[in-house]
Amino acid sequence: MTDERTLAPFGRRAAAVTWRARYGAYVVLGCADTGGPRPQAGQFYMLSAAERWGGGEGERPFLPRAFSVLRAPAGSPELEFLVEDVGPGTKRLAELREGDEVLLTGPLGVGFTPPRETRRPLLVGGGVGIAPLAILQDQLFPNAVPLLGFRDGAHAAGAELLIGARIATDDGSAGHHGLVSELLEAELARDSDVEVYACGPPAMLEAVRRECERRGVPAQLALESGMACGFGACFGCVVATRGGYLRLCLEGPVIDANQLAEVSAPEKQPAGATPANR
Amino acid sequence: MLDFCGIALEHPIINGSGTFDAIAARRAFGDALLESFPFAAFVTKTVTVAPREGNPPPRLWEVAGGLINSIGLPNKGLHGFLAEDLPELAELPVPLIVNVMGFSRDEVAELVDAFTERDEVAALELNVSCPNVETGLVMGADPGEVAALLERVTPLTGKPLIVKLTPNAGDVPAVARAAEAAGASALSLINTLRGMALDPGTGQPWLGATTGGVSGPAVRAIALAQVYAVARAVEIPIVGMGGVQTPTDALNLLRAGADLVAVGTESFRDPAAGRRVAEGLGTIVANRT
Repeated sequence: MTDERTLAPFGRRAAAVTWRARYGAYVVLGCADTGGPRPQAGQFYMLSAAERWGGGEGERPFLPRAFSVLRAPAGSPELEFLVEDVGPGTKRLAELREGDEVLLTGPLGVGFTPPRETRRPLLVGGGVGIAPLAILQDQLFPNAVPLLGFRDGAHAAGAELLIGARIATDDGSAGHHGLVSELLEAELARDSDVEVYACGPPAMLEAVRRECERRGVPAQLALESGMACGFGACFGCVVATRGGYLRLCLEGPVIDANQLAEVSAPEKQPAGATPANR
Repeated sequence: MLDFCGIALEHPIINGSGTFDAIAARRAFGDALLESFPFAAFVTKTVTVAPREGNPPPRLWEVAGGLINSIGLPNKGLHGFLAEDLPELAELPVPLIVNVMGFSRDEVAELVDAFTERDEVAALELNVSCPNVETGLVMGADPGEVAALLERVTPLTGKPLIVKLTPNAGDVPAVARAAEAAGASALSLINTLRGMALDPGTGQPWLGATTGGVSGPAVRAIALAQVYAVARAVEIPIVGMGGVQTPTDALNLLRAGADLVAVGTESFRDPAAGRRVAEGLGTIVANRT
Protein backbone atom coordinates (compact mmCIF):
# COMPACT_ATOMS: atom_id res chain seq x y z
CA MET A 1 0.00 0.00 0.00
CA THR A 2 1.23 3.53 -0.64
CA ASP A 3 2.05 5.72 2.31
CA GLU A 4 -0.29 8.56 1.49
CA ARG A 5 -2.19 8.15 4.70
CA THR A 6 -4.22 10.98 6.16
CA LEU A 7 -2.34 12.01 9.30
CA ALA A 8 -3.94 12.06 12.72
CA PRO A 9 -3.74 15.11 14.97
CA PHE A 10 -1.28 14.30 17.76
CA GLY A 11 -3.03 13.03 20.87
CA ARG A 12 -6.43 11.86 21.96
CA ARG A 13 -9.49 14.10 21.62
CA ALA A 14 -13.09 14.04 22.77
CA ALA A 15 -16.01 13.71 20.37
CA ALA A 16 -19.69 13.84 21.32
CA VAL A 17 -21.93 10.95 20.39
CA THR A 18 -24.62 12.54 18.22
CA TRP A 19 -26.73 9.52 17.42
CA ARG A 20 -26.97 5.79 17.93
CA ALA A 21 -28.87 3.21 15.92
CA ARG A 22 -29.31 -0.53 16.25
CA TYR A 23 -28.94 -2.83 13.25
CA GLY A 24 -29.79 -6.28 14.56
CA ALA A 25 -26.77 -7.47 16.56
CA TYR A 26 -24.85 -4.27 15.84
CA VAL A 27 -24.86 -0.71 17.11
CA VAL A 28 -23.82 2.21 14.93
CA LEU A 29 -22.41 5.18 16.83
CA GLY A 30 -22.33 8.55 15.12
CA CYS A 31 -20.06 11.15 16.69
CA ALA A 32 -19.01 14.70 15.87
CA ASP A 33 -15.26 14.82 15.41
CA THR A 34 -14.66 18.54 14.98
CA GLY A 35 -10.94 18.21 15.73
CA GLY A 36 -9.76 15.85 13.03
CA PRO A 37 -9.41 15.48 9.26
CA ARG A 38 -11.67 13.30 7.12
CA PRO A 39 -10.28 9.74 7.04
CA GLN A 40 -9.59 7.58 4.03
CA ALA A 41 -11.57 4.40 3.48
CA GLY A 42 -9.91 1.63 5.47
CA GLN A 43 -8.26 3.87 8.05
CA PHE A 44 -9.15 3.31 11.68
CA TYR A 45 -9.49 5.07 15.04
CA MET A 46 -8.67 4.06 18.61
CA LEU A 47 -11.85 4.56 20.63
CA SER A 48 -12.74 4.58 24.30
CA ALA A 49 -15.61 5.95 26.33
CA ALA A 50 -14.80 9.19 28.17
CA GLU A 51 -16.44 7.83 31.31
CA ARG A 52 -16.03 4.46 33.02
CA TRP A 53 -13.04 3.30 31.01
CA GLY A 54 -9.96 2.38 32.99
CA GLY A 55 -10.73 4.99 35.60
CA GLY A 56 -10.24 4.94 39.32
CA GLU A 57 -11.81 1.53 39.72
CA GLY A 58 -9.08 -0.05 37.65
CA GLU A 59 -11.45 -2.44 35.88
CA ARG A 60 -11.48 -3.49 32.26
CA PRO A 61 -11.81 -1.97 29.74
CA PHE A 62 -8.47 -0.20 30.06
CA LEU A 63 -7.01 0.09 26.57
CA PRO A 64 -8.78 1.87 23.69
CA ARG A 65 -10.20 -0.38 20.96
CA ALA A 66 -9.42 -0.13 17.25
CA PHE A 67 -12.32 0.45 14.84
CA SER A 68 -12.16 0.91 11.09
CA VAL A 69 -14.37 3.85 10.30
CA LEU A 70 -17.80 2.84 8.94
CA ARG A 71 -18.69 6.17 7.36
CA ALA A 72 -17.30 9.70 7.29
CA PRO A 73 -19.75 11.83 5.31
CA ALA A 74 -18.03 14.60 3.33
CA GLY A 75 -18.62 18.16 4.48
CA SER A 76 -19.50 17.12 8.02
CA PRO A 77 -17.52 16.38 11.18
CA GLU A 78 -19.39 13.12 11.58
CA LEU A 79 -17.66 9.77 12.01
CA GLU A 80 -19.62 6.53 12.26
CA PHE A 81 -18.41 3.31 13.86
CA LEU A 82 -19.89 -0.19 13.85
CA VAL A 83 -19.84 -1.89 17.24
CA GLU A 84 -20.70 -5.44 18.23
CA ASP A 85 -20.85 -6.19 21.96
CA VAL A 86 -18.38 -9.07 22.32
CA GLY A 87 -16.26 -8.00 25.32
CA PRO A 88 -15.90 -5.36 28.03
CA GLY A 89 -14.70 -2.61 25.68
CA THR A 90 -17.24 -3.14 22.94
CA LYS A 91 -19.97 -3.54 25.57
CA ARG A 92 -19.16 -0.14 27.07
CA LEU A 93 -19.08 1.53 23.65
CA ALA A 94 -22.32 -0.14 22.57
CA GLU A 95 -24.17 1.29 25.56
CA LEU A 96 -23.19 4.92 24.85
CA ARG A 97 -26.04 7.30 24.15
CA GLU A 98 -26.47 10.67 22.47
CA GLY A 99 -24.66 13.29 24.54
CA ASP A 100 -22.05 10.87 25.89
CA GLU A 101 -18.46 11.36 24.82
CA VAL A 102 -15.88 9.12 23.22
CA LEU A 103 -12.15 9.72 23.23
CA LEU A 104 -10.51 8.99 19.92
CA THR A 105 -7.14 9.03 18.21
CA GLY A 106 -7.02 8.92 14.45
CA PRO A 107 -7.33 8.48 11.57
CA LEU A 108 -4.59 5.87 11.79
CA GLY A 109 -3.02 3.36 9.46
CA VAL A 110 -3.21 3.05 5.70
CA GLY A 111 -6.46 2.46 3.84
CA PHE A 112 -7.53 0.93 0.56
CA THR A 113 -6.10 2.00 -2.79
CA PRO A 114 -7.79 2.06 -6.24
CA PRO A 115 -7.83 -1.16 -8.29
CA ARG A 116 -4.96 -2.10 -10.56
CA GLU A 117 -5.37 -1.79 -14.34
CA THR A 118 -9.02 -1.84 -15.42
CA ARG A 119 -10.19 -4.21 -12.76
CA ARG A 120 -13.67 -3.91 -11.30
CA PRO A 121 -13.80 -3.62 -7.48
CA LEU A 122 -15.48 -6.50 -5.65
CA LEU A 123 -16.24 -6.02 -1.96
CA VAL A 124 -16.33 -8.99 0.42
CA GLY A 125 -17.19 -8.60 4.10
CA GLY A 126 -17.88 -10.77 7.10
CA GLY A 127 -19.60 -9.83 10.36
CA VAL A 128 -18.50 -6.58 11.94
CA GLY A 129 -15.80 -6.51 9.24
CA ILE A 130 -18.30 -5.03 6.81
CA ALA A 131 -17.55 -1.60 8.34
CA PRO A 132 -14.73 -0.35 6.09
CA LEU A 133 -16.62 -1.52 2.99
CA ALA A 134 -19.36 1.06 3.63
CA ILE A 135 -16.96 4.02 3.51
CA LEU A 136 -15.25 2.35 0.56
CA GLN A 137 -18.59 2.29 -1.26
CA ASP A 138 -19.22 5.92 -0.28
CA GLN A 139 -15.80 7.24 -1.29
CA LEU A 140 -14.63 5.13 -4.21
CA PHE A 141 -17.03 2.51 -5.51
CA PRO A 142 -20.69 3.56 -5.39
CA ASN A 143 -21.66 0.87 -7.89
CA ALA A 144 -19.72 -2.08 -6.44
CA VAL A 145 -21.86 -4.98 -5.26
CA PRO A 146 -20.78 -6.18 -1.80
CA LEU A 147 -20.85 -9.85 -0.89
CA LEU A 148 -21.47 -10.09 2.85
CA GLY A 149 -21.43 -13.06 5.22
CA PHE A 150 -23.03 -13.24 8.66
CA ARG A 151 -23.60 -15.79 11.40
CA ASP A 152 -27.39 -15.45 11.43
CA GLY A 153 -30.33 -13.21 10.62
CA ALA A 154 -29.74 -10.86 13.57
CA HIS A 155 -26.25 -10.11 12.29
CA ALA A 156 -27.38 -9.98 8.66
CA ALA A 157 -29.34 -6.83 9.57
CA GLY A 158 -25.97 -5.11 9.24
CA ALA A 159 -26.20 -5.57 5.47
CA GLU A 160 -28.59 -2.59 5.38
CA LEU A 161 -25.53 -0.40 5.98
CA LEU A 162 -24.31 -1.08 2.45
CA ILE A 163 -26.04 -0.61 -0.87
CA GLY A 164 -27.12 -3.61 -2.93
CA ALA A 165 -25.46 -6.29 -0.82
CA ARG A 166 -25.73 -10.01 -1.56
CA ILE A 167 -25.84 -12.00 1.65
CA ALA A 168 -24.78 -15.40 2.96
CA THR A 169 -25.59 -16.65 6.46
CA ASP A 170 -24.15 -19.62 8.33
CA ASP A 171 -27.63 -20.73 9.44
CA GLY A 172 -29.44 -19.96 6.19
CA SER A 173 -31.81 -17.49 7.83
CA ALA A 174 -31.03 -14.85 5.20
CA GLY A 175 -29.66 -15.08 1.66
CA HIS A 176 -27.36 -17.92 0.62
CA HIS A 177 -27.13 -20.73 3.19
CA GLY A 178 -23.37 -21.03 3.58
CA LEU A 179 -20.20 -19.00 3.47
CA VAL A 180 -19.57 -15.68 1.77
CA SER A 181 -16.44 -17.24 0.27
CA GLU A 182 -18.81 -19.48 -1.74
CA LEU A 183 -20.47 -16.37 -3.17
CA LEU A 184 -16.99 -15.09 -4.01
CA GLU A 185 -16.05 -18.33 -5.78
CA ALA A 186 -19.17 -18.14 -7.95
CA GLU A 187 -18.54 -14.48 -8.72
CA LEU A 188 -14.89 -15.04 -9.68
CA ALA A 189 -15.88 -18.01 -11.88
CA ARG A 190 -18.21 -15.65 -13.74
CA ASP A 191 -15.74 -12.73 -14.04
CA SER A 192 -12.25 -12.66 -12.59
CA ASP A 193 -11.26 -9.25 -14.00
CA VAL A 194 -11.74 -7.82 -10.52
CA GLU A 195 -9.77 -6.61 -7.51
CA VAL A 196 -11.12 -7.87 -4.20
CA TYR A 197 -11.49 -5.61 -1.16
CA ALA A 198 -12.17 -7.74 1.91
CA CYS A 199 -12.56 -7.40 5.67
CA GLY A 200 -13.79 -10.00 8.12
CA PRO A 201 -12.77 -12.74 10.55
CA PRO A 202 -9.46 -14.55 9.92
CA ALA A 203 -11.01 -17.76 8.58
CA MET A 204 -13.05 -15.80 6.03
CA LEU A 205 -10.08 -13.68 4.97
CA GLU A 206 -7.95 -16.77 4.57
CA ALA A 207 -10.62 -18.35 2.33
CA VAL A 208 -10.75 -15.11 0.31
CA ARG A 209 -6.97 -14.97 0.08
CA ARG A 210 -6.72 -18.59 -1.12
CA GLU A 211 -9.45 -18.17 -3.73
CA CYS A 212 -7.91 -14.96 -5.06
CA GLU A 213 -4.47 -16.55 -5.18
CA ARG A 214 -5.87 -19.56 -7.07
CA ARG A 215 -7.40 -17.31 -9.71
CA GLY A 216 -4.62 -14.75 -9.86
CA VAL A 217 -6.93 -12.00 -8.59
CA PRO A 218 -5.35 -9.16 -6.58
CA ALA A 219 -6.85 -8.53 -3.17
CA GLN A 220 -6.59 -5.90 -0.46
CA LEU A 221 -7.37 -7.36 2.95
CA ALA A 222 -8.24 -5.25 6.01
CA LEU A 223 -7.00 -7.34 8.94
CA GLU A 224 -7.74 -7.20 12.64
CA SER A 225 -5.31 -7.65 15.51
CA GLY A 226 -5.37 -6.77 19.20
CA MET A 227 -3.81 -3.32 19.54
CA ALA A 228 -2.82 -1.45 22.67
CA CYS A 229 -1.93 1.87 21.05
CA GLY A 230 -2.68 2.06 17.29
CA PHE A 231 0.38 4.21 16.44
CA GLY A 232 3.33 1.82 16.45
CA ALA A 233 4.38 2.17 20.08
CA CYS A 234 3.49 -1.17 21.63
CA PHE A 235 4.54 -3.68 18.94
CA GLY A 236 1.61 -5.82 20.10
CA CYS A 237 -0.39 -6.03 16.87
CA VAL A 238 2.15 -7.72 14.63
CA VAL A 239 0.96 -10.09 11.91
CA ALA A 240 3.17 -12.64 10.19
CA THR A 241 3.85 -11.78 6.54
CA ARG A 242 6.18 -13.24 3.91
CA GLY A 243 8.65 -10.52 4.95
CA GLY A 244 8.41 -11.15 8.70
CA TYR A 245 6.25 -9.48 11.34
CA LEU A 246 4.54 -6.19 10.43
CA ARG A 247 2.91 -3.80 12.86
CA LEU A 248 -0.65 -3.85 11.55
CA CYS A 249 -1.41 -0.39 12.95
CA LEU A 250 1.40 1.21 10.98
CA GLU A 251 1.76 -0.90 7.80
CA GLY A 252 -1.94 -1.86 7.70
CA PRO A 253 -4.69 -2.46 8.56
CA VAL A 254 -5.10 -2.90 4.79
CA ILE A 255 -2.49 -5.38 3.54
CA ASP A 256 -2.00 -6.57 -0.02
CA ALA A 257 -2.92 -10.27 -0.05
CA ASN A 258 0.28 -11.25 -1.84
CA GLN A 259 2.26 -10.13 1.23
CA LEU A 260 0.65 -12.94 3.22
CA ALA A 261 1.43 -16.65 3.08
CA GLU A 262 -1.78 -17.05 5.07
CA VAL A 263 -4.10 -15.02 7.24
CA SER A 264 -3.06 -16.12 10.72
CA ALA A 265 -5.03 -19.01 12.10
CA PRO A 266 -7.91 -18.10 14.35
CA GLU A 267 -7.17 -20.73 17.01
CA LYS A 268 -6.51 -17.94 19.47
CA GLN A 269 -10.04 -16.62 19.15
CA PRO A 270 -12.06 -19.11 21.21
CA ALA A 271 -15.68 -18.50 22.10
CA GLY A 272 -15.85 -16.67 25.39
CA ALA A 273 -12.39 -15.15 25.16
CA THR A 274 -12.18 -11.41 25.56
CA PRO A 275 -8.68 -10.52 24.46
CA ALA A 276 -7.37 -6.98 24.32
CA ASN A 277 -9.28 -6.04 21.19
CA ARG A 278 -12.81 -6.87 22.34
CA MET B 1 15.65 23.62 33.06
CA LEU B 2 16.67 20.82 35.35
CA ASP B 3 19.85 18.81 35.37
CA PHE B 4 19.92 15.04 35.15
CA CYS B 5 23.41 13.53 35.07
CA GLY B 6 24.65 16.67 33.32
CA ILE B 7 21.84 16.63 30.73
CA ALA B 8 19.60 19.72 30.66
CA LEU B 9 15.91 18.80 30.56
CA GLU B 10 12.91 21.09 30.20
CA HIS B 11 10.74 19.13 32.63
CA PRO B 12 10.95 15.89 34.61
CA ILE B 13 8.75 13.68 32.38
CA ILE B 14 10.33 11.19 29.98
CA ASN B 15 9.07 7.94 28.43
CA GLY B 16 9.63 4.39 29.56
CA SER B 17 11.72 2.36 27.11
CA GLY B 18 9.58 0.43 24.66
CA THR B 19 6.39 2.39 25.25
CA PHE B 20 6.73 5.03 22.54
CA ASP B 21 8.25 4.70 19.07
CA ALA B 22 9.01 8.25 17.96
CA ILE B 23 9.73 7.18 14.38
CA ALA B 24 6.42 5.33 14.05
CA ALA B 25 4.56 8.15 15.82
CA ARG B 26 5.96 10.63 13.31
CA ARG B 27 4.52 8.50 10.51
CA ALA B 28 1.11 8.54 12.19
CA PHE B 29 1.02 12.15 13.39
CA GLY B 30 3.51 13.94 11.16
CA ASP B 31 5.66 16.84 12.35
CA ALA B 32 2.96 17.85 14.84
CA LEU B 33 4.70 15.27 17.04
CA LEU B 34 7.92 17.29 17.05
CA GLU B 35 6.12 20.58 17.67
CA SER B 36 4.57 19.29 20.88
CA PHE B 37 6.89 16.44 21.78
CA PRO B 38 5.52 14.88 24.97
CA PHE B 39 8.80 14.01 26.72
CA ALA B 40 11.79 15.99 28.01
CA ALA B 41 14.11 13.24 26.78
CA PHE B 42 13.42 10.28 24.53
CA VAL B 43 14.34 6.76 25.59
CA THR B 44 14.58 4.26 22.73
CA LYS B 45 13.23 0.75 22.63
CA THR B 46 15.93 -1.76 23.60
CA VAL B 47 18.72 -2.21 21.05
CA THR B 48 20.53 -5.56 20.95
CA VAL B 49 23.66 -6.50 19.00
CA ALA B 50 21.82 -8.82 16.59
CA PRO B 51 18.45 -8.01 15.00
CA ARG B 52 15.45 -9.62 16.69
CA GLU B 53 12.03 -10.32 15.23
CA GLY B 54 10.36 -10.53 18.65
CA ASN B 55 8.01 -13.07 20.18
CA PRO B 56 5.23 -14.87 18.30
CA PRO B 57 1.79 -13.29 18.70
CA PRO B 58 -0.45 -12.97 20.55
CA ARG B 59 1.63 -10.44 22.45
CA LEU B 60 -0.98 -8.60 24.52
CA TRP B 61 -3.55 -9.34 27.20
CA GLU B 62 -5.59 -6.68 28.95
CA VAL B 63 -5.90 -7.08 32.72
CA ALA B 64 -7.74 -5.04 35.33
CA GLY B 65 -5.99 -1.67 35.23
CA GLY B 66 -3.26 -2.58 32.80
CA LEU B 67 -1.92 -5.10 30.37
CA ILE B 68 0.51 -7.96 30.03
CA ASN B 69 2.88 -7.78 27.08
CA SER B 70 5.33 -10.29 25.69
CA ILE B 71 6.86 -8.37 22.80
CA GLY B 72 10.33 -9.93 22.93
CA LEU B 73 12.49 -6.88 22.13
CA PRO B 74 12.08 -6.72 18.34
CA ASN B 75 14.70 -4.35 16.92
CA LYS B 76 16.95 -3.90 13.92
CA GLY B 77 20.13 -4.76 15.80
CA LEU B 78 23.03 -2.42 16.48
CA HIS B 79 24.05 -1.83 12.87
CA GLY B 80 20.48 -1.43 11.61
CA PHE B 81 19.74 0.99 14.42
CA LEU B 82 22.85 3.07 13.73
CA ALA B 83 22.17 3.21 10.00
CA GLU B 84 18.38 3.65 9.93
CA ASP B 85 16.98 4.77 13.28
CA LEU B 86 19.63 6.97 14.88
CA PRO B 87 19.58 9.63 12.11
CA GLU B 88 15.80 9.95 12.47
CA LEU B 89 15.92 10.01 16.26
CA ALA B 90 18.59 12.72 16.12
CA GLU B 91 15.89 15.01 14.64
CA LEU B 92 13.86 14.89 17.86
CA PRO B 93 13.82 18.16 19.79
CA VAL B 94 14.99 16.49 23.04
CA PRO B 95 18.06 14.59 24.30
CA LEU B 96 18.28 10.94 23.27
CA ILE B 97 18.79 8.07 25.72
CA VAL B 98 19.53 4.74 24.06
CA ASN B 99 18.41 1.60 25.89
CA VAL B 100 20.67 -1.41 25.26
CA MET B 101 20.67 -5.04 26.26
CA GLY B 102 23.23 -7.77 25.75
CA PHE B 103 23.11 -11.47 26.38
CA SER B 104 26.65 -11.34 27.78
CA ARG B 105 28.95 -8.72 29.29
CA ASP B 106 30.88 -8.68 25.99
CA GLU B 107 27.71 -7.82 24.09
CA VAL B 108 26.81 -5.01 26.48
CA ALA B 109 30.37 -3.72 26.16
CA GLU B 110 30.07 -3.75 22.35
CA LEU B 111 26.85 -1.74 22.54
CA VAL B 112 28.22 0.76 25.07
CA ASP B 113 31.35 1.19 22.97
CA ALA B 114 29.39 1.81 19.78
CA PHE B 115 27.08 4.44 21.29
CA THR B 116 29.83 6.18 23.21
CA GLU B 117 31.18 7.33 19.85
CA ARG B 118 27.88 8.92 18.81
CA ASP B 119 27.33 12.57 19.70
CA GLU B 120 23.57 12.18 19.08
CA VAL B 121 23.35 10.01 22.19
CA ALA B 122 23.13 11.84 25.54
CA ALA B 123 23.02 8.80 27.81
CA LEU B 124 22.69 5.03 27.85
CA GLU B 125 20.20 2.92 29.75
CA LEU B 126 21.16 -0.70 30.46
CA ASN B 127 18.27 -3.13 30.28
CA VAL B 128 19.20 -5.80 32.80
CA SER B 129 15.60 -6.50 33.66
CA CYS B 130 13.41 -7.50 30.77
CA PRO B 131 11.37 -10.45 32.01
CA ASN B 132 10.60 -11.61 28.46
CA VAL B 133 14.10 -12.83 27.75
CA GLU B 134 15.56 -15.42 30.04
CA THR B 135 19.00 -13.97 30.55
CA GLY B 136 17.66 -10.48 31.28
CA LEU B 137 16.38 -11.76 34.58
CA VAL B 138 19.76 -13.14 35.61
CA MET B 139 21.84 -9.96 35.25
CA GLY B 140 19.40 -7.67 37.00
CA ALA B 141 18.27 -9.98 39.75
CA ASP B 142 21.64 -10.44 41.41
CA PRO B 143 23.84 -7.71 42.99
CA GLY B 144 27.06 -9.50 42.03
CA GLU B 145 26.03 -9.86 38.39
CA VAL B 146 25.10 -6.19 38.13
CA ALA B 147 28.37 -5.12 39.76
CA ALA B 148 30.43 -7.31 37.41
CA LEU B 149 28.60 -5.94 34.37
CA LEU B 150 29.14 -2.32 35.39
CA GLU B 151 32.78 -2.87 36.28
CA ARG B 152 33.19 -4.12 32.72
CA VAL B 153 31.36 -1.31 30.90
CA THR B 154 31.76 1.90 32.95
CA PRO B 155 35.43 2.35 31.91
CA LEU B 156 34.32 2.29 28.25
CA THR B 157 32.21 5.42 28.28
CA GLY B 158 32.02 8.99 29.46
CA LYS B 159 28.27 9.05 28.92
CA PRO B 160 25.86 8.64 31.84
CA LEU B 161 24.90 5.00 32.40
CA ILE B 162 21.40 4.45 33.75
CA VAL B 163 20.70 0.97 35.07
CA LYS B 164 17.08 -0.11 34.67
CA LEU B 165 16.26 -2.30 37.62
CA THR B 166 13.92 -5.26 37.49
CA PRO B 167 11.21 -5.59 40.12
CA ASN B 168 11.51 -9.36 39.73
CA ALA B 169 14.45 -9.52 42.16
CA GLY B 170 14.64 -10.72 45.73
CA ASP B 171 16.26 -7.57 47.13
CA VAL B 172 15.93 -4.61 44.80
CA PRO B 173 17.69 -2.07 47.08
CA ALA B 174 20.68 -4.46 47.30
CA VAL B 175 20.91 -4.56 43.49
CA ALA B 176 20.60 -0.76 43.48
CA ARG B 177 23.46 -0.35 45.97
CA ALA B 178 25.63 -2.74 43.95
CA ALA B 179 24.98 -0.74 40.77
CA GLU B 180 25.82 2.53 42.49
CA ALA B 181 29.03 1.15 44.00
CA ALA B 182 30.12 -0.18 40.59
CA GLY B 183 29.73 3.18 38.90
CA ALA B 184 26.15 3.54 37.66
CA SER B 185 25.23 7.19 37.04
CA ALA B 186 21.53 6.71 37.72
CA LEU B 187 18.86 4.06 38.22
CA SER B 188 15.47 3.63 36.58
CA LEU B 189 12.62 1.54 37.94
CA ILE B 190 10.34 -0.31 37.80
CA ASN B 191 10.35 -2.53 34.74
CA THR B 192 7.32 -4.75 34.18
CA LEU B 193 6.39 -7.48 36.64
CA ARG B 194 6.29 -11.01 35.31
CA GLY B 195 2.74 -12.22 34.79
CA MET B 196 0.61 -14.49 32.63
CA ALA B 197 -2.88 -15.06 31.32
CA LEU B 198 -4.68 -18.25 30.34
CA ASP B 199 -6.78 -18.65 27.24
CA PRO B 200 -10.31 -18.93 28.67
CA GLY B 201 -11.25 -21.45 26.00
CA THR B 202 -8.35 -23.89 26.29
CA GLY B 203 -6.81 -23.15 29.68
CA GLN B 204 -3.42 -22.88 28.01
CA PRO B 205 -1.14 -19.81 28.20
CA TRP B 206 -2.56 -17.02 26.04
CA LEU B 207 0.66 -15.21 25.20
CA GLY B 208 2.90 -16.59 22.49
CA ALA B 209 5.85 -16.49 24.89
CA THR B 210 3.85 -18.03 27.81
CA THR B 211 4.56 -15.21 30.26
CA GLY B 212 4.86 -11.46 29.86
CA GLY B 213 5.30 -8.25 31.78
CA VAL B 214 2.49 -6.51 33.65
CA SER B 215 2.32 -2.72 33.39
CA GLY B 216 -0.17 0.08 33.89
CA PRO B 217 -1.98 1.39 36.96
CA ALA B 218 -2.13 -2.19 38.27
CA VAL B 219 1.58 -1.87 39.24
CA ARG B 220 1.56 1.74 40.48
CA ALA B 221 1.60 0.94 44.19
CA ILE B 222 4.46 -1.52 43.73
CA ALA B 223 6.44 1.07 41.78
CA LEU B 224 5.94 3.63 44.52
CA ALA B 225 7.18 1.23 47.19
CA GLN B 226 10.25 0.19 45.20
CA VAL B 227 11.21 3.76 44.26
CA TYR B 228 10.82 4.76 47.91
CA ALA B 229 13.03 1.89 49.08
CA VAL B 230 15.72 2.42 46.42
CA ALA B 231 15.82 6.18 47.02
CA ARG B 232 16.73 5.44 50.63
CA ALA B 233 19.46 3.01 49.57
CA VAL B 234 21.42 5.15 47.07
CA GLU B 235 22.57 8.73 46.41
CA ILE B 236 22.48 8.66 42.57
CA PRO B 237 19.48 10.03 40.63
CA ILE B 238 16.41 7.89 40.05
CA VAL B 239 13.94 7.69 37.16
CA GLY B 240 10.68 6.46 38.67
CA MET B 241 7.98 4.77 36.63
CA GLY B 242 5.06 2.40 36.92
CA GLY B 243 1.41 3.10 36.19
CA VAL B 244 1.68 6.88 35.91
CA GLN B 245 -1.54 8.27 34.42
CA THR B 246 -1.93 11.67 36.07
CA PRO B 247 0.22 14.57 37.31
CA THR B 248 -0.53 13.40 40.86
CA ASP B 249 0.89 9.95 40.11
CA ALA B 250 4.08 11.63 38.87
CA LEU B 251 4.22 13.91 41.90
CA ASN B 252 3.96 10.89 44.19
CA LEU B 253 6.97 9.21 42.57
CA LEU B 254 8.94 12.46 42.91
CA ARG B 255 7.94 12.65 46.58
CA ALA B 256 9.05 9.03 47.03
CA GLY B 257 12.52 10.00 45.84
CA ALA B 258 12.54 9.99 42.04
CA ASP B 259 14.31 12.79 40.14
CA LEU B 260 12.55 12.11 36.83
CA VAL B 261 9.33 10.25 36.10
CA ALA B 262 8.65 8.11 33.05
CA VAL B 263 5.23 7.65 31.45
CA GLY B 264 4.78 4.28 29.77
CA THR B 265 1.58 2.35 29.27
CA GLU B 266 -0.56 5.50 29.53
CA SER B 267 0.91 6.64 26.20
CA PHE B 268 -0.84 3.65 24.59
CA ARG B 269 -4.18 5.13 25.72
CA ASP B 270 -3.28 8.71 24.93
CA PRO B 271 -0.26 9.42 22.69
CA ALA B 272 0.09 12.88 24.28
CA ALA B 273 -0.12 11.59 27.86
CA GLY B 274 3.46 12.67 28.63
CA ARG B 275 2.73 16.25 27.76
CA ARG B 276 -0.51 16.21 29.77
CA VAL B 277 1.32 14.85 32.83
CA ALA B 278 4.22 17.32 32.44
CA GLU B 279 1.92 20.33 32.10
CA GLY B 280 -0.24 19.26 35.02
CA LEU B 281 2.80 18.64 37.18
CA GLY B 282 4.13 22.08 36.28
CA THR B 283 0.86 23.64 37.40
CA ILE B 284 0.90 21.77 40.72
CA VAL B 285 4.50 22.82 41.42
CA ALA B 286 3.83 26.44 40.40
CA ASN B 287 0.84 26.67 42.71
CA ARG B 288 2.86 25.49 45.67
CA THR B 289 5.71 27.99 45.28
